[in-house]
Formats: sequence, structure tokens, C-alpha cells
Amino acid sequence: MQARGSNFDEMFDGSGQTRPAYGEYCRWLDEQRPEFLRRKNREADDTFRRTGITFNVYGENEAEERLIPFDMVPRIITASEWRKVAKGIEQRVRALNSFLYDLYHRQEIVRAGRLPERLLRGNEAWLANMVGFTPPGGIYTHIVGIDLVRTGPDEFFVLEDNARTPSGVSYMLENRETMMGMFPDLFSRIAVESVSNYPRRLARSLAACVPPAFTGGKPTVAVLTPGIYNSAYFEHAFLADQMGAELVEGSDLRVVGGRVQMRTTRGYEPIDVLYRRVDDEFLDPLTFNPDSVLGVPGIMDVYRAGGITIANAPGTGVADDKAIYSFMPEIVEFYTGEKPLLPNVETWCCADKDGLGYVLDNLAELVVKEVHGSGGYGMLIGPTSSKREIAEFREKLIARPDNYIAQPTLALSTCPIYTAKGLAPRHLDLRPFVLVSPKGIDITPGGLTRVALKKGSLVVNSSQGGGTKDTWVLKD
Amino acid sequence: MLGRTANGLFWMFRYLERAENTARLLEAALRMALTRDVVTAEAEWRSVIATLGLTQAYQAAHDGYDGVSVWNFVLRGSTNPGNVRLMFGGVRSNAREARINISSDVWEAVNENWMRLDKLLARPIGQGAVGEVLAAIRRAGTQVHGAFDGSMLRDEGYHFARAGTFIERKDSTARILDMKYFLLLPSLTYVGSTLDTGQWEQVLRSVAGARVYSWLNAGRIEARGIVEFLVLDDRFPRSLAFCRNSLRECLASLARTHGTEGQCHVLMREADATLSQLTVDQIFEAGLHEYLVDALARNAAIARAIAKDYRFHA
Repeated sequence: MQARGSNFDEMFDGSGQTRPAYGEYCRWLDEQRPEFLRRKNREADDTFRRTGITFNVYGENEAEERLIPFDMVPRIITASEWRKVAKGIEQRVRALNSFLYDLYHRQEIVRAGRLPERLLRGNEAWLANMVGFTPPGGIYTHIVGIDLVRTGPDEFFVLEDNARTPSGVSYMLENRETMMGMFPDLFSRIAVESVSNYPRRLARSLAACVPPAFTGGKPTVAVLTPGIYNSAYFEHAFLADQMGAELVEGSDLRVVGGRVQMRTTRGYEPIDVLYRRVDDEFLDPLTFNPDSVLGVPGIMDVYRAGGITIANAPGTGVADDKAIYSFMPEIVEFYTGEKPLLPNVETWCCADKDGLGYVLDNLAELVVKEVHGSGGYGMLIGPTSSKREIAEFREKLIARPDNYIAQPTLALSTCPIYTAKGLAPRHLDLRPFVLVSPKGIDITPGGLTRVALKKGSLVVNSSQGGGTKDTWVLKD
Repeated sequence: MLGRTANGLFWMFRYLERAENTARLLEAALRMALTRDVVTAEAEWRSVIATLGLTQAYQAAHDGYDGVSVWNFVLRGSTNPGNVRLMFGGVRSNAREARINISSDVWEAVNENWMRLDKLLARPIGQGAVGEVLAAIRRAGTQVHGAFDGSMLRDEGYHFARAGTFIERKDSTARILDMKYFLLLPSLTYVGSTLDTGQWEQVLRSVAGARVYSWLNAGRIEARGIVEFLVLDDRFPRSLAFCRNSLRECLASLARTHGTEGQCHVLMREADATLSQLTVDQIFEAGLHEYLVDALARNAAIARAIAKDYRFHA
């Protein structure tokens, strides 16, 4: 899909002048010999391959593991820009947790007529057995990723909330490691906020949410992964390693004596906090998908009895589907009593009759997404689709309107990437990572910048060939 | 440590050792085949396949025994479920399973070598390339062991990995000896006969012991000495005695960390009581083959007991 009109560039202003955030970086860049940059660019690829920072792409036999392309030009955000963004994120995450508590308790927001009940009733992510239950510390979504796009100097929009199991944080960390390894002088010239303590903060944040059954001492934290063939296995192992937590699979776990326990070389040992990277439906074969071999039979009973903390809580997905998204401004206002600091992208709910009418009339101009979709799969990008593709999608839309939402194509900001022919602007987004514990909300400065590598493309998903950049928040 | 992770470390090092031993066996056969007539060469390749327990699978895929067919089958044969390419895949996937219990140095050594070998082994290997490929396999083992020794915490994971190494190595040395024992036996009765010492050298070469042996024995090659060296000399890192001593140390360390012993410790003591008292003459008297079969069975039983004692599987 093509950007419309002239978009905001992060590095250069309209007259081609370097923006202040990139001043020192561009001076440094001008001093480097082209051959040096070419060599470093090759080096980056080797580093990622050697360390095994890969992801698996489903449905591709010939390449079991692939690298997410890394671009060595950083995306730079000033301290004051970041302060504003961070405030908006904090407000939004606070609202998300209050919203989830309310949905599984009194549903005040529905009673107040601010959210249509049908959005909950037909919602695939809704979990009836979370009703009336309060997770340890009252926290539902411990780890959140908020996807932002920028369209102008002060215009950041939230494109998506990831309240289930946001991924990509390992790339944020490895991108920085790689940049510091390749260009140490750059970091001595420019003061950049550190991101490297994220795993420690995550470990602390999770340890602060122990369940009632916790018996004291050092809480046992484990990361639950579907296994080495999962697309994000590298990240699961990376986080467990950096946190000093165990990396467990469903086959390692069993309910013993009212606790979820892992099979160690010494016998079964109880887990206090489980950072699960397995979807709700695979978590407990007794409660959800009976065919699942990824989960732990009986874990939901233990959870409800206070024997374990599950992060993120089961059932959080109800707050981040794309139909709920369109109500986020309402939701933020309802629970915080404040106007949202970060605006939403205008969204038409196809479940809504007027919304569907508008979307059908303007399909060629819009981006249409599945309500529960992710990773850039199953979407229609009107402006770059053929007439036939649009006609086919129209059928799907009419058959199941409540499965879709639509958004306008935005003039996403660009930032240059390094190419063999020099710098070239490409569209990007930003996913900051947020940790929530009873002690508060903790946002790591920066996040993961995803960048479309094809000229003009607006699709940044790694599963669709997007790349990543190191993201810098400058110190004051 | 998780039982599954302990299993991952154990098997990561068994596969690594197996790949390295297989490369040594092929290297020795290659040298033998180059210096001998066609009939001897064919017998040599046949014995490689037999030593590796691949006779059935090989014969289903090939009519005769020639070098190119044998090393391609052993290294990368699509109908050989235990080919070296898959072994290295096994090293890497077990390392991935145990990723958080190995250092980055070890992981990178595994990953880099896997990338190189997987590419090398993807295409048929001709006469001109085989030496280089076998050397690369041996180097992979050396690099992973080096990274492991230099960077790993000496906790239970370290001991599981070492237990895997020595169980596999002991298995390999015993199998090679057993396959060639008929060459070594006649020499006891036919003292002074001009038997083919090249065959014995080949046995030593398969376990990387040729140079050390001739240094220790002033170049004198005789069956008794070779058996004594490969079975009883606890200074040589591929001898059965050395492997048993090392395994005993690993198990003792595990007992110390866990504060308790298991079935594997009982079996280890039994093996020690039976195998470590014998002299080379007694071994020949009772039969070298019988001795090796017993050693192999005890080794396998200890491996099974380790898996059970330390809950490798649910």
C-alpha cells in the first residue's frame, strides 16, 4: 500500500534540513567512509545469524528459521517527545487493566451504556471462568505492547494494543547490543537512554505478583514456551536466560498438591509466577482445547484457587481485539476520567450497520483487518489490491461483518534505512514495551521500531518481510 | 534444573561425540583405502558400515562398498536416519532446548559450526572434498568442548554434558575394538608372524591414538600392547578406563550436588568392581569380544539409569 501525500520524515524536515534529534548522528554519519559502512552492514547480518536471533515462519518448509532484517540507521526520539508519548501510554495501560477488571466483575461500563454488550457476548477471547475472579495483585495484563504510528511532529496515534502476549522485546535488546558492538564511538558521542535492564525489570515486575500460595523466599518464575519450533522460541529462551527464570514446556509441568510444579532433576518443584507465551486456548486442555499438548491439565483450577500467577492473565485478549480498540477513547475516559492523551486511528466497526455500509463503499481506500488477526495475516490493503482481490474480500466481509474492522490508510512517518545506494526513506511504526505490577507502570524508553523495507510499503510486520531498527530515546 | 534440560545437555554432547567419532573412523578408513588394494579397501569400507551398525540400511541403498558411497551415506545419506548431518542437527536442537543452561560461547560455537557443516553436508561429497569435511566435523567438536570448558558453570548441567560425552566415547571405542578384535586375536597364538600391522595402526588411528601409542611403545606395534592401551591405559582420553574414570567423576559430582545417589551409582560401582580388576592377559583369556560386549551393556545400562534417576522424561 502506498502512502498518500507527503509524509512526515523522522530525520529530515520539509526543506531537507536534518531535524535536531538526528543532528549529531548525521554529523557522525558524514564522517564515516562508505566502505566502512558497507562492511558494518554485512557484519550485522553475521552477528544475528551467529547468535541465532531468528524467528520461524509458518508454512515455509525450505527455511525453518529466518532472520528479521536489521537496519543500522537508528530511529531517534527526543526526550520531550518521549515524555509525552510515555504519559499517554501509561494512561492507556492503566485504563486497560481497569477495563479488564470491570469486564470480569460488575461490567459498569456496559451498565453505563458506554460499551455495547454484544462486543463481549460474541467475543472469542472472552473467558467465562475468569468472571468474578481477581488475579494476584489485581493485574490482568503484566506485559503490554502498544503499537504507535506517527504522522507529524506531535502526532502519534495508537494503532493497536497488544495485551495478550506482545512479542519482539528481544529484538529491542539485541538491536541495541548489536549497535553498541558495531559503533561504540556513536554511543560515547550521543547520550541514549539504556534499555538493557528490561529483563531485570521484567523479573522484578513478575516477582511482585506472587500468588496467595507463595511460601516466602525467592519466588520461582518460569517462562512457558510452546517449544523450539515456535516462531518466537528464540525470544522465550532469551528472556528466561536474561531473567534467570526457568524455561518450561507443557510436558515439564504437572499439578501436584494444588500447585503447578515443574519436573526437575530432583523431583517436582512448585512455580509461583508463570510468564506464559502460550495462547489462552492451549493453556489448559481440561478447560479449553482438549487436544492441546502445550498446556497443563488443571492449571486453571490451581490459578483460581490462588496457587499460581499467570502472566498475562487468561482472558486479557478481550481487551485488545480490534473491535474493542475502536472504543478505546471511551474506555480511557470512563476509567481515568481524563481525555485520552494518545488518539486512536479512526476505525469503522463492520459489525455496525453504518460502519459496514461505509466500508463497502470505500473498500479501495481502506485497510480492513480481522478483529482477532495479527501478524499482518488475513487483511486487505485497499489501495494496493487488485479489483479481484477486493471483490473476493467483499464477499468475506458481507458473510461475516462482525469479524472485521476498517481504518484509513495513514500517511505513516518515514525514516531512512541504509541501502547499497545510500539512505532511502521507509515507513515505520513503534512498539514500546510496558510492565505492570502492583508497584506501578514501568515503560522502557524506546521500544521496537519496525520498518517496511520495500519502497512505499506500509506493512512493517516481520512475517511480511519487514525489518527492525534500534530505537533511541535521547537523554535530556 | 529441569529433567528435560538435563536430557538436552546429555544428548547434545552424545551427538557431538558421535559425530566426531564417526569422522575419525572415516578418516582412518580413507587413509587405509588409499594405501591398499581394491579388495582390502572394500573390506575396510564394509567394516566402517558394520561398526556403525548401518549394514542393513546401507545395503538397501547400495550394491557395493566403495569410498564415495560409504562416506556420503554415513555423512548425509537420506536413507540413513543416523547420518552425521542429522547428528549435528541433534546437537543444535538439543542445545536450543537447553539454551538457558549453556553459555553464549557454547551456543555460538554450536550454531556457527552447525551453519558451516549443514551447508557442507547439503551436497554430495567427492573425493577432493571429503578430507576437508571430516576435518571440519572434528574441529566442531574441539571448538564446542573448548567453549564449554572455558565458560560453563560447574553445576549439574556440566556434569550431565560430560556424562553424555564419556558414555558415547566409551561406546564408540568399544565398538571399534570389537569390530577388529578378530584381527588382534591371532597374534597371541602366532607370535612373531608377519600379520598386517597396518590394520592395527588403523584401529589406533580411528580413536586418534596412533601417534601417542607409537610414542609410548617406541614404534613397536603388537596386539597385546594395543589392547592394553585402548582398554586399560587411563592416561589416554579415549581408552575405556579413562572414559569409565571420567564417568565415575561425573556421577560422583552429581551425587554431591544432589546429596543422594541413584541406581546409576550402584551400576557404576558394579562395573568398576568387574572391569577394573582385570589384566590384559585375563581379558584375552576370557575373550576380548565377551569383555567388550559386557562393557557395552553396562555402559548402556548406566545411561538408562541416569535418565531415570534424574527424571529426563515424564
